Amino acid sequence: MPLSHDQVLHIAELARLTISEEETARFAEQLSDILDYMDKLKSVDTTDVAPTAHPLARQNVTREDKVRPSLSRDEALANAPQQQDGFFQVRRILE
Amino acid sequence: MAYETIIGMEVHAQVITASKMFCGCSADTSAPPNTHVCPVCLAMPGSLPVINEAAVRATIRTGLALHCEIPPHTKFDRKNYSYPDLAKGYQISQYDMPLCVDGWIDIPDGEDTKRLRIRRVHLEEDTGRLIHEGAHSLIDDNRSGMPLMEIVTEADLRSADDAWFYLTKLRAILRYLGVSSGNMEEGAMRCEANISIRPEGASTFGTRVEIKNMNSFRAVRQAIAYEIERQRALLECGEQVHQVTVGWDENRRRTVFQRSKEYANDYRYFPDPDLPPLQLERVMVEDMRRQLPELPDAKAERLAREYGVKGDDVALLVQERQIADFFEATVKAAQGLEPQVVANWMVGELFRLLSEQEVADGEIPITPQQLADLLMLLHKGAINAAAAKEVLAELFHRGGSAEEIIRRRGLRQISSESDLAAVVAQVLAENPQPVADYLQGKGAALGFLMGQVMKATRGQANPQVARQLLMESLEGRRHDTEE
Repeated sequence: MPLSHDQVLHIAELARLTISEEETARFAEQLSDILDYMDKLKSVDTTDVAPTAHPLARQNVTREDKVRPSLSRDEALANAPQQQDGFFQVRRILE
Repeated sequence: MAYETIIGMEVHAQVITASKMFCGCSADTSAPPNTHVCPVCLAMPGSLPVINEAAVRATIRTGLALHCEIPPHTKFDRKNYSYPDLAKGYQISQYDMPLCVDGWIDIPDGEDTKRLRIRRVHLEEDTGRLIHEGAHSLIDDNRSGMPLMEIVTEADLRSADDAWFYLTKLRAILRYLGVSSGNMEEGAMRCEANISIRPEGASTFGTRVEIKNMNSFRAVRQAIAYEIERQRALLECGEQVHQVTVGWDENRRRTVFQRSKEYANDYRYFPDPDLPPLQLERVMVEDMRRQLPELPDAKAERLAREYGVKGDDVALLVQERQIADFFEATVKAAQGLEPQVVANWMVGELFRLLSEQEVADGEIPITPQQLADLLMLLHKGAINAAAAKEVLAELFHRGGSAEEIIRRRGLRQISSESDLAAVVAQVLAENPQPVADYLQGKGAALGFLMGQVMKATRGQANPQVARQLLMESLEGRRHDTEE
């Protein structure tokens, strides 16, 4: 199932990515290949298989409401490209 | 033309827990920025979320209190969007299988009540806090990953008043359950309203506008009323309402355009593969239903029935669970006193004192025993009502016992006729002009003379006895002059 030029641009926009015309064409091809590959799943007979939201047969994995140590602020901010007064800093976002 | 307003509400309420929704970071929001964060809530590669069981229980209890069904299967989904308020690039939320569905809540509607349908209550994670400063935005991720409930109504509300009553009632229920503080000013409860209007009798809906940024109960009422008028004005001059999101501007008292809905959100929801689904045992849910506290409606009905308290007062007493408990404890401690008297003093004086002072909602600085003792002294005639107000204020601000305050401040009421007769005689002797005025038919002079008696006794005179004596003496003089 080939992905259209516009669909690729839409996906890029949702991910806040700017891509060139050349990349759009290349990604359209690559993403289409991935979708085709996933389509192979459709050939599996699932008549007797119950629908599920999760690949593992596990459920009710929860934890008790207990506080555990957090990172220190220095550790938390260590990889931030920009920081200010203990905050992560990014380019101004307009609502 | 007459228009009908259609409103649906979405409320987000922070769930009270010790730790966050999917990690063990503290859920305390008052900490310095980015000190309650870990690899999970910062979305570091390889980290895995685990569901906080207390938040699930709090949400189910909320659903039960709102008469919802609790489906046996539920799961968490990813809501994908790119915005710096969530580091992961998606919010863990619930899409098509929420924890609670199909409930209702009753709100006042004139003398009657009106039933609003609750579409769903689901659980999700809160986002980080953004501060916009000059050329930059700053991010504090302490709030990121805090448990957040979303409560959605059907479009059953018809006015700004409906919205106000709904929020007031919902907040009371959340606080009775102890699942959220419901504090709008602090952002622990946030609401959005979808509003459209249509000509009365029309069967299709008008274009709806979403209002955000309403940070108090008052703001909700004003913003919705403003938006209804704005839409009506547009339709009346033949213009169209556009599907947009607006924000309430508290300073300018108007809604302002935020964004157009033409670019539809595309959240690409899918089940979160990190979180196995939940199966809710019927037995557990029924157990939780049995353990719900008495909720505001049931409590109001019982207070009216058991104590014969007036409807308006009951409505005020049940808004906070602690207030209602305080009322019942006071009635119990004040044996022989009419419960309505306790209600009057709570709704009148005590509420006034509470509103004057910055105390947390539902907290009362005196005990039921202290109020009961005071009201019993008033009831027995040991003090008059004016003195009781003074004593209550001192109990409220400085504590102590009513007996002791009355003794120390000399507030004990003088009810003895012989003691008061002397005072009355003296006041009449010292005020010949008002006495003459009264005898010439100027009834207002009596008030002045009463004031003099109260002043001479430093407010301690029993007003009924004093007034009686004053009238008798004055009428006696009238007969003297007439004869």
